[in-house]
Amino acid sequence: MRARISGAFPAVIAAALVATACKGGTSDQTKSSATASPAGGAMGMGSMATNPIPADADYTLADVQFMQGMITHHAQALVMTAEAPTHGANPSLGTLCKRMYMAQSNEIALMQNWLKDRSQPVTDPNDPHPMMMPGMLTPQQIAQLGASKGATWDSLFLIGMIQHHEGALKMVADLFASPGGGQGADIFAFATGIDAGQRVEISIMQHMLNPAATGSPNQ
Amino acid sequence: MKISERLNAPRRRPIAGPLVAGVLLGAASLHAQASLGGYGSTTDPRVGLKGGFLDAATAAKGMELVGHVPKADTFNIAPPGGLTFANSDLAFQGNFVFQGNFSGFMIWDVSDPTKPKLRAAFDCPTSQGDPSVYGNLLFISSESTGDRRDCSTPAGRGGGGRGGRGGGRGAAAADSAAGRGAAGADTGARAGAARGAGGRGAGGRGGGGGRGGRAGGAEVLPDTGKSIGIRIFDISDIDHPKHVFDVQTCRGSHTNTLVPDPLDKGVVYIYVQGTNPIRPSSEMASCTDLGPVDTNPKNARFRLEVIRVPLAHPEKSAVVAMPRVFDKLEGVASHGQPEGARGGGGRGGGGRGGFGGRGIPGIDTLTPTSTAKDSARYQRSMDSVRDLPRTGPQQCHDLTAYPAIGLAGGACAGLGLLLDIKDPAHPRRITAVGDSNFSFWHSATFSNDGKKILFTDELGGGTAPECLTIDPMDWGGDAIFTIDRLEGTLTQHAYFKMPAVQTAQENCVAHNGGLVPVPGRDIMAQAWYQGGVDVYDWTDPNHPFEIAYFDRGPIDSTRLVTGGSWCLYWYNGRLYSSEIARGLDVFELKPGPLLSQNEIDAAKLVHLDRYNPQSQPKIVWPAAFPVVRSYLDQLVRDKGLPSLRTDELERDINAAEKLSGAAQRAALTKVATGLDADLLKGPKDVPRVKAMAAAVRALAGSIR
Repeated sequence: MRARISGAFPAVIAAALVATACKGGTSDQTKSSATASPAGGAMGMGSMATNPIPADADYTLADVQFMQGMITHHAQALVMTAEAPTHGANPSLGTLCKRMYMAQSNEIALMQNWLKDRSQPVTDPNDPHPMMMPGMLTPQQIAQLGASKGATWDSLFLIGMIQHHEGALKMVADLFASPGGGQGADIFAFATGIDAGQRVEISIMQHMLNPAATGSPNQ
Repeated sequence: MKISERLNAPRRRPIAGPLVAGVLLGAASLHAQASLGGYGSTTDPRVGLKGGFLDAATAAKGMELVGHVPKADTFNIAPPGGLTFANSDLAFQGNFVFQGNFSGFMIWDVSDPTKPKLRAAFDCPTSQGDPSVYGNLLFISSESTGDRRDCSTPAGRGGGGRGGRGGGRGAAAADSAAGRGAAGADTGARAGAARGAGGRGAGGRGGGGGRGGRAGGAEVLPDTGKSIGIRIFDISDIDHPKHVFDVQTCRGSHTNTLVPDPLDKGVVYIYVQGTNPIRPSSEMASCTDLGPVDTNPKNARFRLEVIRVPLAHPEKSAVVAMPRVFDKLEGVASHGQPEGARGGGGRGGGGRGGFGGRGIPGIDTLTPTSTAKDSARYQRSMDSVRDLPRTGPQQCHDLTAYPAIGLAGGACAGLGLLLDIKDPAHPRRITAVGDSNFSFWHSATFSNDGKKILFTDELGGGTAPECLTIDPMDWGGDAIFTIDRLEGTLTQHAYFKMPAVQTAQENCVAHNGGLVPVPGRDIMAQAWYQGGVDVYDWTDPNHPFEIAYFDRGPIDSTRLVTGGSWCLYWYNGRLYSSEIARGLDVFELKPGPLLSQNEIDAAKLVHLDRYNPQSQPKIVWPAAFPVVRSYLDQLVRDKGLPSLRTDELERDINAAEKLSGAAQRAALTKVATGLDADLLKGPKDVPRVKAMAAAVRALAGSIR
């Protein structure tokens, strides 16, 4: 009964993601869209170069860096979640992974559009020189996750993704703590959405990791 | 779960008891109850509509667009896109529709619903601008850290690629006087030059006093002029709304819910749902994020905020209660079982098997190649996990009150809550539910009888395309629950999602809606962003089905431009949709096999003086022939009585309608008596025959 998620989901979604990100885009955009190989270890990291911000702009340098960095951050989440079907994830966790994968894929496209609209460099998820954003797993952690299976994968994933999500919360907090940061309507909605959504997921993952500690009335 | 299995799964698999926090446990059984299963239709007429801002192709069934107006000039931007000038939610009073916008609000006169007439466009950055209206007061949700008490425009808004706004928007207004007034009804006079003249011009921003400090972080000024919470406007002069007060809250107001005081006609309460980061105490001394809520009762998370508004003195409005309705939904290891816990009932071991049986893995289970250093690092990770502050639901996204029955449904991020609001200043949690298919509990709607509630899941936050061929039908839609008030439980039934596949250029997920008042049925009108709007029946919680829809192609078929319908609400005979980018749409329902003209006519008999969708009114139908005929049509449709009998009833009712006075009363009484006799024969649809008999009696009793 507890069928695994179809093994095809990363490929299917990656294809859709490319379509999402690239429709009508320039070849530049195509190149920079989130085409990171989901199952590979070589996720990309963006360079943090920015273009000058016009005096009348509705965004700040911190806004740009947040979007650039969060693409990098999300790219690693795709790598991690995409392993669920092939690494024997618990079905419940597999469902969550699939949802996170799809959600963060969409969000990468949104962030890429946001940067492109403002003529800012769009982070390339395939950048071979990654910059670590808060909460991101080290290459060694990623390698260990990739080498594990079943229950061990579940545990490493949950520990790692909780750490990863907490890093995202820190990025949001840093954004709002910066002068004038996160005030544009779009980035405000996006950043508060990440904060609310990832807190929900942390809560779920904490419970998966240790139901006894967080409790369920139905046990 | 594989599609084939899901399709074959039982349609109904109630989840017993509140699934608090442990929403993922037993996910397999949660999946098994997916009633739709699979993915959206690729052959629906809504699939593949030509895109365009104002010339997109449309598809419609069972409803017709009868009125459309673009945004007021001051909010209209070209090209469309972004949220800065996005339309948001609607509220209704008299002949007026109040339409929120991330930059203010509009008031439409819909005396002729096919030609909404702009009466006021108040320019005041106030994301996300959700409105509630009551008498002379309009309440608007304000949350962005850029929202100012003086309604001044954040520096640069409208510049930087927005286009079409002119320099005026780029300037911060110098004055902080209240009562900036409304734009002229049809002049758009506040745009462009007017703003520029009143403001300071971009060059002046660096001079201090306004905002500044944005581009490049050159300047930071004390930020004392913020309005984060609820803005209150006096609308006694509908053409000139006056900004009279701001109630500040720690986390702003993403949405708000108005609940009249049941005892004091002069008081309303506003429930505030804030999703912001907590404001620094330097800005508002009472706000703090420090310490877990258990040890610091002042922590601004994990609570609702209740504002009491004396209607005659809105300036005396204040937060009067901060009920901790989320208490014990997490951290139960130190608190014991949550209140309302009622055992697993059928979940038991199966649920525990998810992860619980395994416990926390030891570091020695890492991998055979783990080094001591790795182990140490993971141990630290584990410690940090154990020490995490409470992360359960800490706010509701939206809350729908149903004051007439003393309940509210809280859509609270990770969980759905049922609240007792009989004492509106002190909401109390009855129970909470989780669902592993839900990403973000977004909003709630009760059935009119209060026995059901549906929650929406705003997967992806509303700006993402969640109606693609790869998106499961049980994600990003609605989940229907039945309410057992005696037990204080919610039981989950089917999902419903707008069933037509949309493109990657259309943000699409469940969003706001409300009931269409057809007697004898529970009918939901709902928005799905660029997935369009639809109307569906959820009378049977296990078999919801779509009745009507309207959809446009994407705003831009080459890229995702945020837009679509924020909400769809029935108000006094028409459906109103707030289109984020395109304006205000007005629809008529059209009769068809799934909805009769009599049912539409009966819905149109329901007249409300006011409608705040998050404050759900009890619908009461007058004694009238369309109501009686609605039940009859339903008995024909569901074969609740034999067709010979329904034919006879139709003839008798038609004949009775031609009579008057005592003769009509006698004829109707005879029809009712006949229905009583039908009941003795055990008809297929007993409740509906009973309801029809009661409606016929009420009609007979109303005749003089």
